[in-house]
Amino acid sequence: MTIAPAKAGWRFRQPSVIPGFGLTLGFSLAYLTLIILIPLSGLVWRSAALGWADFWAIATDRRTLNALEISFGTAFIAAAVNVVFGTLVAWVLVRYRFPGRRIVDAMVDLPFALPTAVAGIALTTLYAPNGWIGHLLAPLGIKVAYTPLGIVVALVFIGLPFVVRTVQPIMEEIDKEVEEAAATLGANRFQIITRILFPGLSPAIVTGFSLAFARGVGEYGSVIFIAGNLPYKSEIAPLLIVIRLEEYNYPAATAIAAIMLLLSFSMLLVINLAQSWSRKRYG
Amino acid sequence: MEVRVANVRKEFDRFPALHDVSLDIKSGELIALLGPSGSGKTTLLRLIAGLERPTRGKIFFGDEDASQRSIQERNVGFVFQHYALFRHMTVADNIGFGLKVRHGPSRPPAAEIRRRASELLDLVQLSGLERRYPAQLSGGQRQRVALARAMAIEPKVLLLDEPFGALDAQVRRELRRWLREIHDRTGHTTVFVTHDQEEALELADRVVVMSQGRIEQVGSADEIYDTPNSPFVYSFIGESSTLPVKVEDGQVWIADRPIGLSAPHAPSGEAMLYFRPHDVELLDGCSGCIAGTVAASRRVAGTRRVELEIGGERQRVEIELPVDHPAAQKSRVAFRPRRWKLFPTA
Amino acid sequence: MADPEIKSYEPHHESQSAAVTESRPVRLLLMAVAFAFLAIFLLLPLIIVFHEALAKGLSAYTEALSNPDTRSAIRLTLLVAAIAVPLNVVFGISAAWAIAKFEFKGKAFLTTLIDLPFSVSPVISGLVYVLLFGAQGLLGGWLKEHGIQILFAVPGIVLATVFVTFPFVARELIPLMQEQGNGDEEAALSLGANGWQTFWYVTLPNVKWGLLYGVLLCNARSMGEFGAVSVVSGHIRGLTNTMPLHVEILYNEYNAVGAFAVASLLAGLALVTLVLKTLLEMRYGAEIAATRGH
Repeated sequence: MTIAPAKAGWRFRQPSVIPGFGLTLGFSLAYLTLIILIPLSGLVWRSAALGWADFWAIATDRRTLNALEISFGTAFIAAAVNVVFGTLVAWVLVRYRFPGRRIVDAMVDLPFALPTAVAGIALTTLYAPNGWIGHLLAPLGIKVAYTPLGIVVALVFIGLPFVVRTVQPIMEEIDKEVEEAAATLGANRFQIITRILFPGLSPAIVTGFSLAFARGVGEYGSVIFIAGNLPYKSEIAPLLIVIRLEEYNYPAATAIAAIMLLLSFSMLLVINLAQSWSRKRYG
Repeated sequence: MEVRVANVRKEFDRFPALHDVSLDIKSGELIALLGPSGSGKTTLLRLIAGLERPTRGKIFFGDEDASQRSIQERNVGFVFQHYALFRHMTVADNIGFGLKVRHGPSRPPAAEIRRRASELLDLVQLSGLERRYPAQLSGGQRQRVALARAMAIEPKVLLLDEPFGALDAQVRRELRRWLREIHDRTGHTTVFVTHDQEEALELADRVVVMSQGRIEQVGSADEIYDTPNSPFVYSFIGESSTLPVKVEDGQVWIADRPIGLSAPHAPSGEAMLYFRPHDVELLDGCSGCIAGTVAASRRVAGTRRVELEIGGERQRVEIELPVDHPAAQKSRVAFRPRRWKLFPTA
Repeated sequence: MADPEIKSYEPHHESQSAAVTESRPVRLLLMAVAFAFLAIFLLLPLIIVFHEALAKGLSAYTEALSNPDTRSAIRLTLLVAAIAVPLNVVFGISAAWAIAKFEFKGKAFLTTLIDLPFSVSPVISGLVYVLLFGAQGLLGGWLKEHGIQILFAVPGIVLATVFVTFPFVARELIPLMQEQGNGDEEAALSLGANGWQTFWYVTLPNVKWGLLYGVLLCNARSMGEFGAVSVVSGHIRGLTNTMPLHVEILYNEYNAVGAFAVASLLAGLALVTLVLKTLLEMRYGAEIAATRGH
């Protein structure tokens, strides 16, 4: 057996005695290529083949713009709602002791585990005008099901665990000494929460917001039942993709998908950059 | 500001952490609370700060009963073991925080807060670091910022919890000297907790030795080291050797022999003899001494430690010899402690 | 000379001093708001699934479930999960081994790529396969010539399911294996074990609870995936209808009992998943990677 002399300079991987690098990396790359890279490059190729003029025409189509606006707008509102209530739920779970805490904590993951179609029909039944919640809101003139408000409700359901599960671990790590230090310096409880705790939590809250938002933008299953799907009013972008597909209008479906991906990725990129900047600064 | 701890008891979930502790701290004094883990020293410090409420007893700042006051109103400067700096604030904002959260007329204008912050940074020798964030500072620098932050509110008393516990030995020694200087310059009544006796003895005007929720002894470094008043303090502070002995007719006996120590005031009966291993007188002949055979011998820096087996019971005891002392090589050594103390075994 | 001091800290007392907690009324108010929110948004939807399923009595419920189309949807869902989950387990272990045990160029990129399905709309995940395999797709013509049916058939459903679920196992294992380091493997190798033995007797037992955790989440998502599968399935009753798709069809036909009966099975699966997940976290929390969620 010969051992190759270690070469200085650029090398693809650090030497290691552990076997199996070629096999595992090779298999993983082949799998990723087959499952993700080839299909996704198909999407890119299709959009590129579309030509700028066609692409622009589809992108600026009234119905497309409305659908994108509804998807991004409702996802933004739902993520904002989840920031408020998700942070509150995380606070209650981390700071307070009460019987059944374990169960409540497990419940938070329900939207991860419950199939979206099930969530969709359940929420629709609850918020329909004659549903358990819908009939309470109807006399107040509030219509939820079959309106954009219904989309927000579905996206709040879907996004909640993203915020709770990102904020919760950071909250658990908060050093009590920091709060005590603020108290000895004369800060009252309100000042401690607003000036010490929230600034410390804000990176986690922003991450939770962006995860919930990204998930909300692409969400399909839970939304289509409750949305009513009226074009220009409560039609979300993923549904428009499906509709274009069913019309065999592949170019339009592809273009909308490309726009959605582009918008989502650029937003996630900005947030990631902001996060790494704040990490560098505050440690 | 004088601080008086009066008959304080503290329980956590029924488990007593402090039993009936009383302590008077004079204005401007630098006091060390010294003890092993679980001795209650940090609990006592947190009670003085108001971070805990006593189960029983009271704490006075001057003539005022501070136990009725909330932590915010107590105006104490507390320095935490792990600094507890606010990591999203600059050094200057950290130091100014206590002034900024004040309400109404007691809050100085922003410019005044900035001025005070840089003044304090000068005092802790960190001028020019106003705009840094805690993550950009070394451990020693963070500790100085934490101290400056605590002093910014002009506290009635300065409390430090293991202030140098998380630093390495070199920085620790430096900061120790520096803390003493700051104290001499500012004159704050200061209480600090430590488990490092060297730190306590070197730095403090008086040392409070604690064990198992009780104060064992309060005194200057000399008093604590030279006249420990309990077996715990004797063995906790410095090094000690012990031997079980008997007291009869004012004489100290080991087995059937007197060892040449007279203790006219000690009660007769079983007792434990305490002495410092280095504080012994070596003897040639043995009429009235402790004699034993060398069981083990170790070189420790400039001296030699020998472990002796004494008498028929083969009690082991450690003493210190000069390196070149012939006794170190002899198989039989006789000695007598110069300074010693007896504690009756109950 | 000082005693050699063992580094020790006073125990931290978990006291609820007034300095670091809210007053009782504030606490109660915050808890009430949080519980009300959770009850409305999480608990009620879960309850109504079972309520609607049983609205016409137990016999209507069992009848709805014994419908042949429903049966075939259940069978298809189980089949898809039975293919997709093992595939993703093999991929997850393989990717985690490569990423956690070695340092190589492009590792960060590979890790990002694995997370990709989480940030892509499920509809788009389905769309990419339509663009590839559909009649107008890149490979569509070739597939048709050779009589291979991928789209609107079981292979397409499996592919779409694999796409949306493959990060689960890998994401659970990578941080876990990174945290455990290479020490155990190096020890096994130095004792003469070969690569497979090292993996089988050392690595796998070290990560088994994390692996199970990942499998649990992967399985739940496989059985419940809607958007991606909906795009590639063609919704052919009895043939390419999975349980979530069947829920949609029944619901749109105003067959509420039928839709909610199938939904109740899926909700039951979700509950079992949550219970097992919680049990795993309680017993083996320290042995499961620190990254929760998804």
